[in-house]
Formats: sequence, structure tokens, C-alpha cells
Amino acid sequence: MFIIKCPYCGERDHSEFSYGGEAHINRPKKPTELTDDQWAEYLFMRKNIKGIHYERWNHSHGCRRWFNMARDTSNDKIHSVYKIGEKPPV
Amino acid sequence: MKNKYSIFTLIKNSFSYHENWQKAWGNPKPKSYYDIVIVGGGGHGLATAYYLAKEHNLKNIAVVEKGWIGGGNTGRNTTIIRSNYLWDASAGLYDHALKIWENLSQELNFNVMFSQRGVMNLAHNQHDVRELKRRTHANRLNGIDCEWLNVDQVKEFCPIINCSPDIRYPVMGSTLQRRAGTARHDAVAWGYARSADSMGVDIIQNCEVKGIKRKGDSIEGLETTKGFIKTSKIGVAAAGHSSVIANMAGLKLPLESKPLQALVSEPIKPIIDTVVMSNAVHAYVSQSDKGELVIGAGTDSYVSYTQKGTHEIIEGTLKAVLELYPIFSRLRMLRQWGGIVDICPDASPIISKTSIKGLYFNCGWGTGGFKATPGSGHLFAYTIAKDEPHALNAPFNINRFVSGDLVDEHGAAAVAH
Repeated sequence: MFIIKCPYCGERDHSEFSYGGEAHINRPKKPTELTDDQWAEYLFMRKNIKGIHYERWNHSHGCRRWFNMARDTSNDKIHSVYKIGEKPPV
Repeated sequence: MKNKYSIFTLIKNSFSYHENWQKAWGNPKPKSYYDIVIVGGGGHGLATAYYLAKEHNLKNIAVVEKGWIGGGNTGRNTTIIRSNYLWDASAGLYDHALKIWENLSQELNFNVMFSQRGVMNLAHNQHDVRELKRRTHANRLNGIDCEWLNVDQVKEFCPIINCSPDIRYPVMGSTLQRRAGTARHDAVAWGYARSADSMGVDIIQNCEVKGIKRKGDSIEGLETTKGFIKTSKIGVAAAGHSSVIANMAGLKLPLESKPLQALVSEPIKPIIDTVVMSNAVHAYVSQSDKGELVIGAGTDSYVSYTQKGTHEIIEGTLKAVLELYPIFSRLRMLRQWGGIVDICPDASPIISKTSIKGLYFNCGWGTGGFKATPGSGHLFAYTIAKDEPHALNAPFNINRFVSGDLVDEHGAAAVAH
């Protein structure tokens, strides 16, 4: 349904890509010290936002590299694509 | 009070060319206060309101619906009803619903066209065979009818299936639940709406929830497109939009909303008198009373609220359908659509209280909520009325994601996700 601009390869059909879920969920630094509530938050709770959603994608049938994307989930319009490690656009 | 539908009222109304039927439900303006407001006028929400009024004798109830009743996932599913789930908790939940389905038309005085035509689940590899045989035994131990069919019996029960050993994913057997089947999805919403309305429930359509007003840890009311509605209890049955409503109350849910597609063919003469599901190749097919083949496709992987999916999903499903039923090769497809389904990490629903007093959620039904409509409404009404879960929905509380006591039904969910 949409074209994704891979930051390494350029524009490709979305069928070349795999979805990697919500972005910017940091792995806990000290997992042994987490409470059950914090584990649930990390593992299961998701923003599932209707609007601009920051998410991870992998160019699985291309360069096989991961990157991030800001997409409006109410109309599937892609607002920006940015590399892993970069700050999400406002 | 509603007039009872019967053969006599049908004859009587035929004299006036069916132009004077009593309205099945009203179009009330929202009152300023309700004891309970249900968000979402689909099957689950309307059933909840119906059982709150009928079984718990509560009167001052409203259902608010942003579109028209039954216009969301209730009208978008493939109408399959079954209860052959693996775990005890799910078996209890889904068979509770199936038992209500069996008398629902009589109870609602509305023909929901429940047809127990049987549901088959095909096995295509050794793992499928083992898993489905295990599920057959698990079902029987829970008092749910389930049979194992070998390939010859599959061919006999549903002759149009291609049982050749030479196809890419050959059929190696199947389960059969004879009590399972289909129902008319719109009629379920309409039947519950009519009965709820006759017991005094206000069904308010075109009324979208815009905000939830909280006072500390309790509920004050709802901001809607038709003004503020004061209430102390809110039951949310908003399917794909559950997270959107939860965010209004400052809650996060373990859900992801994704597009799920289905399609129907042009109408043909009766050719398949059961429901055939095949998880491994992802094709499921039944035939509607109008003669259309009803085909369920899969979900897309990404979060979206667009009610449309990608063509690859449809292509994959139709490839599988054509290999299993070569007889359909020249059939044209008539319509295709998508709905937004809210999927839980363990593929089981949530019918639960929340950390906010007076706020209840019935969500996470993912790709298979239609079958549970009556049971879900019944148990959700109990949970709201008593402020505690019924024994049957206690395992489906929201805290299972903290305790780790998940109900993993990925194997029995029809759509792989």
C-alpha cells in the first residue's frame, strides 16, 4: 500500500520490508532489579497510537539493515525515515 | 414495548406492504447522566448493555457509538463461530458463548440465522496433525465436541477440497467441531439493539467519545461529540480503537491494532455446506446464504487504523484457496474490505477491571471476537455490575501481563499473528 524510502537504498515497495514494532523502547539497563510491573511495561504495553507512530523497520529483502520511521497510522502516510540511533523528528 | 416478531405480524404487515413496521430501536438524545455508559455499539457493546438490563436489572444505561450500530468489526468479520480452543480458560469462555448462541434467536425474538454447519481445521504437516489431535483431546476433556477426520473422511465430509498428496501443502487430516458454524453478523447487532432498547437502554449513534474525565482514580464522565455525559461507570468495547479510548484515560494497554482483511466472491449455487479453516496455508472459506464464498485473509504486520490492508495478504490467501479448491479458479471476487483488530500478545482477550475505578475494558479479541459476542457481553455485564469478574473471565484480566499467567492461544487463533 505504500512506498518506503530506505535510508540506505532509496524508495522501494513496502513488501521488501519487515515491521519491527514500536521504536525507542529501551532494553532495561538492570533487568535483575525490575519489578513485575516494569517488566510488563517493557514487554507488553504499547502506545498503539492513532496518529504519528515511531516504529522500526528492516529492509529484509534488500540491504537487511534496520531503521526507524515516523508514520501516521490513521492514513499510513510516512512522515520521515531516520537511522537507528538518531533522535526521532518532532 | 416492542411488538413480538412472528408469522402473524409478518402476515399482518404484508397488508400494508411492510411500510408500517415498528422501529426496532429509538434515536434518543443523550441524557446528562447515566449509571453506566458502554462505549462501542457493536455486538459486544450491545450485548453487554442487554445483559446489564436483563440479568442485573439495571435501568439507566447508554450505548454510545461513533458511527452506526454494527458498522465496525461486527459487520466486517467472516461470521465464524466455534469453541475449539486449547486451554481450559479459553474453552470455558468460548463454549459459554457457543451455548448462548444455540438459543439466541429465540431469546432475542430475532433470527440471527445461527447455522451449526460444522467447522473444520485442516492439518497440512506432521506438526499440524500432532497439534490438532492434541487440541481434539483437550476439547473433549473440556466437554467440547471435537472429532479427528483422516484424509478419506475429510474428502467425504467436504468433497471439493483437493486431497491430492501432490499439492504443495497436502491435506493430512482435519478436526471437526459439529456444533460450530456461522451466524448473520448484522442480525446479532440488530437483535441485541432491539432487545436492549425495549428494556430502556439508550442507543446513541453518531456519538464519538472525545475524552474521559477523571477525578483522581475514578470516573466523572465522557466528553462526546454530543456533549458531556456524566457517569460513574464506563465499559469500553471499542475493538480496534480500544487503545485510543485507553489513552484518553491515561492508560496503556498491551494491544496492537492491525488491519485484517476479508473478501467475498460473486454468488454461486451451494457448493460448500461447512466452514473450512486452514491455519498453515492461511485460507478459510464458507458460503453465505446469498451464495457468496466468504474468505478470510490475514493481518498486516504493522499498526494501522486505516481499515485497509495490503494486496500481498489477499494474494497469499487466494493462492492457498486455489490450491485447496481448484474448482474456484474462475470465480471472480466481488468485494474486499478491512477492519482494525486489537491483538493481545497472547492472542486472548481482556475482559477486565482496570486501575481506574469504574473503568472496564473488553478488548483484545484480535482476529476472532465475533464468535464470542454473546458470552463476552454476558461476562462483561457481570464484571461491570458486580465490580468483579465472573469465574469464566477471571483468567482474562489485564493483570495477567504482570503476573505472567498468560492464556497463549496462538495455536487456536485462526489468523496467524
